[in-house]
Amino acid sequence: MLERRVIIASASGLHARPASRFTQAAADCGHPVTVARPGQPGVDASSVLMVMSQGLGHGEEVVLASDDAAAGPALDALVALLEQDLDAQE
Amino acid sequence: MSTDVAPAPRTVATPAPPADAVAPGTVITGVGAGRGAVVAPLAVLRAAPAAPADEPAPADPAAARTAIDDAFAEVASTLVARAAAATGAAAGVLGAAASIARDPALRADAHARVDAGQGPATAVEGAVGRFVEMFAAAGPLMAERVTDLRSVRDRVVARLLGEPEPGVTLDRPSVVAALDLSPADTAALDLDLVVGIVTELGGPTGHTAIVAGQLGLPCLVRATGVTALADGTVVALDAGAGTLVVEPDAATRDAVGRRAARERALAQDTAPGATADGHRIALLANIGTVEDAHRAAASAVEGVGLFRTEVLFLGRTDAPGLEEQERAYRDALAALGGRKTVVRTLDAGADKPLAFATQPDEENPALGVRGYRLVRTSPALVDGQLLALGRAAATADGPDPALWVMAPMVSTPAEARDVATRARAAGVGTVGVMVEVPAAALLAREILAEVDFVSLGTNDLAQYTMATDRLRGELADLLDPWQPAVLRLVAETARAGLDLGKPVGVCGESASDPLMALVLAGLGVTSLSMSPGAVPAVRFALRRHTRERCAALAASALGAPDAAAARAVVLAGADPEVADLVG
Repeated sequence: MLERRVIIASASGLHARPASRFTQAAADCGHPVTVARPGQPGVDASSVLMVMSQGLGHGEEVVLASDDAAAGPALDALVALLEQDLDAQE
Repeated sequence: MSTDVAPAPRTVATPAPPADAVAPGTVITGVGAGRGAVVAPLAVLRAAPAAPADEPAPADPAAARTAIDDAFAEVASTLVARAAAATGAAAGVLGAAASIARDPALRADAHARVDAGQGPATAVEGAVGRFVEMFAAAGPLMAERVTDLRSVRDRVVARLLGEPEPGVTLDRPSVVAALDLSPADTAALDLDLVVGIVTELGGPTGHTAIVAGQLGLPCLVRATGVTALADGTVVALDAGAGTLVVEPDAATRDAVGRRAARERALAQDTAPGATADGHRIALLANIGTVEDAHRAAASAVEGVGLFRTEVLFLGRTDAPGLEEQERAYRDALAALGGRKTVVRTLDAGADKPLAFATQPDEENPALGVRGYRLVRTSPALVDGQLLALGRAAATADGPDPALWVMAPMVSTPAEARDVATRARAAGVGTVGVMVEVPAAALLAREILAEVDFVSLGTNDLAQYTMATDRLRGELADLLDPWQPAVLRLVAETARAGLDLGKPVGVCGESASDPLMALVLAGLGVTSLSMSPGAVPAVRFALRRHTRERCAALAASALGAPDAAAARAVVLAGADPEVADLVG
């Protein structure tokens, strides 16, 4: 199990467009990825509905995880995405 | 504008009745919004089909799962194509719906329901329902996602049942008929082909009527039975008379044609609003967007009496930045070319939820933190908007300050003082407040002492005076702006303005009724703001009466025992040509 931790930089959290951008990237990365608050069960990171239902806010820490041993670079790319303020890029 | 998140009522689809089910010449009555009239074929907005209650368990679950996947994929690609063809807010709404249609968790949930023995349409409804419940519980932030989810559900279920796509497809100029039109339905319409709107539900001040007014379309609401008419049925829609005639005869067509011709003739008069003896009443437009400002500028109005700024921010999850706001205000001012423009600060809450400003979990949002009360919870949002307005005003052209700013939902003189203090600190020169709470009307004198002008919002004033929800069509009689209690509050406010020599405008829909316009002028109201399409008839009515005669009509309305009698007495006392015009 690979894991990465990251603080959500987007001003509105993982909601609406930032959630769309993130889940699209997760779907396109080719590996199963979950996202969760630390210590909680993960949800499918490619599902915009599951991700938005988590209500993850600006400044919150989340855990990205994958069972796929080859997913390291993909996780790093998703971390880099969450480290940007996706609200500011419109 | 209201953001109605309730979907159109869903029915198990039934075949449309044959075209001859309703006899030619049948008259369906409703409540007209605006005054236009048109003869055109009807296009019925199809309600979304629901899964049959007895949908059988799938014989082949694997095939059912594939059918579900195919339906979601087809809906997603249709939505992506529409989003690509759309612009602005509509593109965003369609894109969000497309990403929901592609969602793996939604499909997985539907698959699990199929494996548990549910039919595919039932499974999709159940899967969507689970997310709807989850999001509805998450508060107003998620309200738009609920609308998107339901829209995706309706399209996918229709495909699974082999039904046509819900909604309406226009191929020629048509009157659109629907049970009700949500903002999403309206956004999906090809407005170039819509020549009239008729709905079975809704009220005359609801979303549909307001949109129709802004587009200058004849509109009839609460017209029971119109969605049972067959697609293509020719109808004569007369908003002024409040009727829809099925397959009209030649005489009816002629009458509607004459009415439409008279409306066009009225529109030729572009002189400033004034009574017969030259007493000026400014005729202004209500707008919500920069595009509206361009449309208003092209019509014969003296400016804008109500710029609803929350429309700029509906559908946003975050507050727009200072520069973005300033740009929007400056663009609107530029479009209006120095004409007076009254900007209303954010009126969030109640029927206009804004994700970043609406209070979660309000039991009674119409009585909660809405309008200027936002300053109690989000003072930075209010001050930020005022600052953007002050900067836009500073750069606007014109000898007089064209930009006026007013705050909605003010109830006390102290709140009015707070508005004035904050707005002036932000560089706004002319500051006012709206009078839409009875308390503000009763203390109009004290409130006017704090600000430069007031503007009556008659829709909300009627709602709060009569304790009647604006969205409840069946209570429309109580919301009537001719209710004597509402008229007296208007009179109180207008008198305070006369005494203090300060402008008192009206920017509710009642300003668009030519008879009511006479009463308002007679009470001392100095400007009337309405949908641009309503201006010509109001201009005509004012020009046919002296100020003194308007005052006499106003006095007779104030003395009437009820709303119907108030309107009747003004109708009887008005110039015959105006009486003929309003019917």
